[in-house]
Amino acid sequence: MTLLTGWGRTAPTPATLARPRSADEVAALVKENTAGRGFLARGLGRAYGDAAQNAGGTVLDCTALRPSWTLDPEAGEVTASAGTSLHDLMTALVPRGWFVPVTPGTRYVTVGGAIAADVHGKNHHVDSSFAAHVRALTLVTADGSVRVLGPADDLFWATVGGMGLTGVIVEATFACVPIETSRMRVDVERTRDLDQTLDVMTATDDRYRYTVAWIDLMARGGRTGRSVLTRGDHATREDVRGVVRGDPLAFGPRQRLAAPPWVPDGLLNRATVGAFNAVWYGKAPTAKRGLIQGVTPFFHPLDAVAGWNRMYGSGGLVQYQFVVPFGAEDTLRRVVGTLSTRRVVSFLTVLKRFGAGTPGMLSFPMPGWTLALDIPAGVPGLAGLLRVFDDWVVEAGGRLYLAKDSRTSAASVAASYPRLEEWRAIRDAADPDGVFRSDLARRLRL
Amino acid sequence: MRNALGSVDTVLLLGGRSEIGLAIVARLVRDGARRVMLAARGGTVPDEELERLRRLGAEVHVVDFDASRPETHQDVIDTAAAKLGDLDVVIPAFGVLGGQAVYDRDPEAAARDVAVNFGGHVSAGLAAARRLREQGHGTLVVLSSVAGVRVRRANFVYGSAKAGLDGFAQGLGDALHGSGARVLIVRPGFVIGRMTEGMTPAPMAVGVDEVADAVIEALRSRARVVWVPARLRPAFAVMRLLPQAIWRRMPR
Repeated sequence: MTLLTGWGRTAPTPATLARPRSADEVAALVKENTAGRGFLARGLGRAYGDAAQNAGGTVLDCTALRPSWTLDPEAGEVTASAGTSLHDLMTALVPRGWFVPVTPGTRYVTVGGAIAADVHGKNHHVDSSFAAHVRALTLVTADGSVRVLGPADDLFWATVGGMGLTGVIVEATFACVPIETSRMRVDVERTRDLDQTLDVMTATDDRYRYTVAWIDLMARGGRTGRSVLTRGDHATREDVRGVVRGDPLAFGPRQRLAAPPWVPDGLLNRATVGAFNAVWYGKAPTAKRGLIQGVTPFFHPLDAVAGWNRMYGSGGLVQYQFVVPFGAEDTLRRVVGTLSTRRVVSFLTVLKRFGAGTPGMLSFPMPGWTLALDIPAGVPGLAGLLRVFDDWVVEAGGRLYLAKDSRTSAASVAASYPRLEEWRAIRDAADPDGVFRSDLARRLRL
Repeated sequence: MRNALGSVDTVLLLGGRSEIGLAIVARLVRDGARRVMLAARGGTVPDEELERLRRLGAEVHVVDFDASRPETHQDVIDTAAAKLGDLDVVIPAFGVLGGQAVYDRDPEAAARDVAVNFGGHVSAGLAAARRLREQGHGTLVVLSSVAGVRVRRANFVYGSAKAGLDGFAQGLGDALHGSGARVLIVRPGFVIGRMTEGMTPAPMAVGVDEVADAVIEALRSRARVVWVPARLRPAFAVMRLLPQAIWRRMPR
């Protein structure tokens, strides 16, 4: 048995780890299932809560699924094994002039995990989520059969965003984006409060492929919700002429720093986060256009620090990410205002506009505003506060992101994912005996 | 499943009419628990208790449970698991408190009560532990007592059963180490409540609510042992060292 947690390092549970190397090995394991506590695929463990845990059961470490990929430059498609990380993929694809269709805030996720959580990135308002770009996926189902599914199959849309509960994704084919350089052309600007942030994003987000706002939650009063907007596009060769020497497609990311193995509890508190935020906001230009940035600083700033989640100390951290539809800005204001007034420590608060969702039945994104918070799990009164937020979000017609959740209730999920029943029917047909299970599924009664 | 902030979903209370047990369950429900099973003799629990838990938002089931019949305990655990799903918290809260004078006169009654206070907890605890081990998570809350930490002349039948229970709980906790399942040992002092009605409270007596609050806090922090009140721990560190000649003269 191995003790597993999500990236938030909360609620550990033990499971038997298996490392299948191929679809056949996955199928063989699933078929000889006798233990009764089921199976679940796990990638690089970047889901924050208990999505990739299976207490008392078997967890399939899918990073050993023959990390491999092939590029079809004619079709602009990549076929990759589910265990391939976006990091490996990008390291290989970028120098060849291709970019992944969607990347979350870290490259250290697997292709299988990206599909199972239907991840989104800074380009959601233009390009939707990962599943929108998947042309085919190969799934090992509960009966041990290996099925190739496409967007015409119901099981496909139950699997994308399905948190691994329909089977084990072993391979996928998805469209990629051609790029001329490995750089980003970025505009940075500061806003003075939340209303201005929302206004600017609403008015001009569509000019950029990638946009995000970082909110200084420690600012209060008239400055509540002041933000730094970072928006950009893939730089063209023209953009980087004279700025980048050598191969414009060169891409060799390195992790320069690592969080120490032990960090004193309470390192991230009001004083330290407040000071950091003030500096971060203060150093951002009021408006600066045409900055040339690399992939890591633009998309994955935290990937530069290995194991950054340890900075939250032994209590771990809770991510809280919700979406509310356009028109429910008041809910957003209420949440930001409450966090600000109560001085809740959130190190990385990120606001983003979502565009169209996918037909994924449990996919998180929908047109609207999404806010993501990182809060130390030990903050007093956090459980009650987040329960109140849950109610506001559900009332406003929004929902929480399952890949980040570690504490919501079954009732709020049932009330906010209108296609949950439909998903259950398809899952039950594909897995009548409940072979695929997770702590998340038990906790939220999926 | 226990969530990242320590709330649970399912609770099984063995001894479904226990005042302390119900106080703990009510708090767990207030913190988010949604499925509760109360196991009580005859399958009866006062309506107002059921109503109270339901008003707090829980789905409440009741099942027949007889602490003095260990051969039925595994079935009760299995029934609860079938109804609730994984058992997040199991609280055996049954027990009887007879006067030492009564036990002195009626050895058979003494043995019967010990069978419930110790033997019943052994069978129920082991049956629950088996299930929790399979699940890979869950907490068994064992209501021990300072009466068992150092047994006193004044109530040595009750105290010796609690001493046995405390030792059992420590051993079971160690046996479960690494399985994901845990044991929480609760060592209250004199608890003012229905069970001790008519008795004069001992020093450092606590109320039922204080015990329940301490249990909730200990569940949240994943403590192994909780003393209620907390200052009983240093007090008993000293009392354990008292010479027997003095201890023997403890009035109660």
